[in-house]
Amino acid sequence: MAAKCGKCGNMLLPPRPICTKCLSTDFKWVELKGRGKLLSYTVIHVSPVQFQSLAPYTVGIMELEDGPHLPGMIRGVKPEKIRVGMDLKVDFDTSIPAQWPMWPRYFFRPP
Amino acid sequence: MYGREIFAEAAKEAFEKCPNLDPAKDIEALFVGHMGESYEHQGHTGPTLTDWAGLLPKPAMRLESACASSGVALRAGIFAILSGMHDIVMVGGVEKMTHRTTPEVTEFLAMASDFPFEQWHGITFPGLYALMATAHMHKYGTTEEQMALVAVKNHHNGALNPKAHMQKEITLEKAMTSRVIAWPLKLYDCSLITDGASCLILTRPDLAKKFTDTPVHIIGSGQASDAIGLYERDELTTLKVGRLAGQEAYKMAGVKPKDLDIAEVHDCFTIAEIIAYEDLGFCKPGKGGSLMEEGATALDGEIPVNTSGGLKSKGHPVGATGTAQAYEIYLQLTGQAERRQVSGAEIGLSHNVGGSGATATVHVFRRG
Repeated sequence: MAAKCGKCGNMLLPPRPICTKCLSTDFKWVELKGRGKLLSYTVIHVSPVQFQSLAPYTVGIMELEDGPHLPGMIRGVKPEKIRVGMDLKVDFDTSIPAQWPMWPRYFFRPP
Repeated sequence: MYGREIFAEAAKEAFEKCPNLDPAKDIEALFVGHMGESYEHQGHTGPTLTDWAGLLPKPAMRLESACASSGVALRAGIFAILSGMHDIVMVGGVEKMTHRTTPEVTEFLAMASDFPFEQWHGITFPGLYALMATAHMHKYGTTEEQMALVAVKNHHNGALNPKAHMQKEITLEKAMTSRVIAWPLKLYDCSLITDGASCLILTRPDLAKKFTDTPVHIIGSGQASDAIGLYERDELTTLKVGRLAGQEAYKMAGVKPKDLDIAEVHDCFTIAEIIAYEDLGFCKPGKGGSLMEEGATALDGEIPVNTSGGLKSKGHPVGATGTAQAYEIYLQLTGQAERRQVSGAEIGLSHNVGGSGATATVHVFRRG
């Protein structure tokens, strides 16, 4: 979900109380399609303490079809197959990991 | 050694360079950059450093803007002088980092990135700059080798700086084959985890003559802010804050990029130096890699960049970096840079970036 500005149409993800473009405070909720293209990516080998069990892992920034950009981990594709501009979709992992970070999260995968 | 001890060393040198100054009497306030409490489990840095510099009970302000903390402290000092509130102030910065493990430092530094989306997905600082590097390579054809050449150049300069953290030359092959930290960035694309401190004494031009025959004038200052999340910004291949801060500082100084004799830019990663060339107008967007390859920014080039060795070789004690850059410009403009001296340098620039580009400060200096 994202917030769509009622005045200028700007899509805000994450939602905010004040529009970054026109300072309006009038928003409505919009469900995002969850599809988009990869703007850039990296494979992280040296990670923070809490992510060491996952390293190396791939993260990227997606440009969603609805407009906003979103960073996240890329799963289900080998790093050498990843290309800037490739189609990706947002998926949700509803399982809660036994180790930190112990909450469900979204990730990106090929459609 | 604690950060406060390192800071006292820097203050001592600053006092020695102003023999006519009575620090305890003449310095009216301290503005100090310090990024994180986590490294030494120590907050409330302002008065602590005032104490260790022997300046009690003078007022202190600690400023935090990630890696641009002391660039911002320098601006705060400028404001204090220009407002007429103070005649003489000290600005500086400190960070003590090497006693922590690399994963710990990686985590502490990541606190200067967006928590809910970036840290939450394990995106590190090398990771953020790697995202910029991948985008720059894709859009402009910038190569891993061009980035590695930045490291080779800065290590060459650092080997000539007795205060550099890593005073050794490296080969292109060594840089290219070093272990991957966050692809496409390898170990030698990353700046160092360093302990360090830096200090400057600021005053009005008419008072400066009392304390030194070789003052350096700050003729331009600029700063800008952007969203903390890299993903929230319009473009990944440029730092808008660097462009805006640069434009502001150039305008105030009345100089153009071609007028600069030297520059210290924020090479926290090699790609950051390439982007800085473009943002500061040393070349057109996308041409930073070629500018490096042509040797224009080498010690004997048209505009030597990071003569100190930069964050890459001199080191990056994050809170100290902004004023450490200004210190190098001071040394160059006053002919004290020894084996790395750029002959006849008159105008210099320092460019200090916080985080992945939510803050940047740019200052322009002229020999007095």
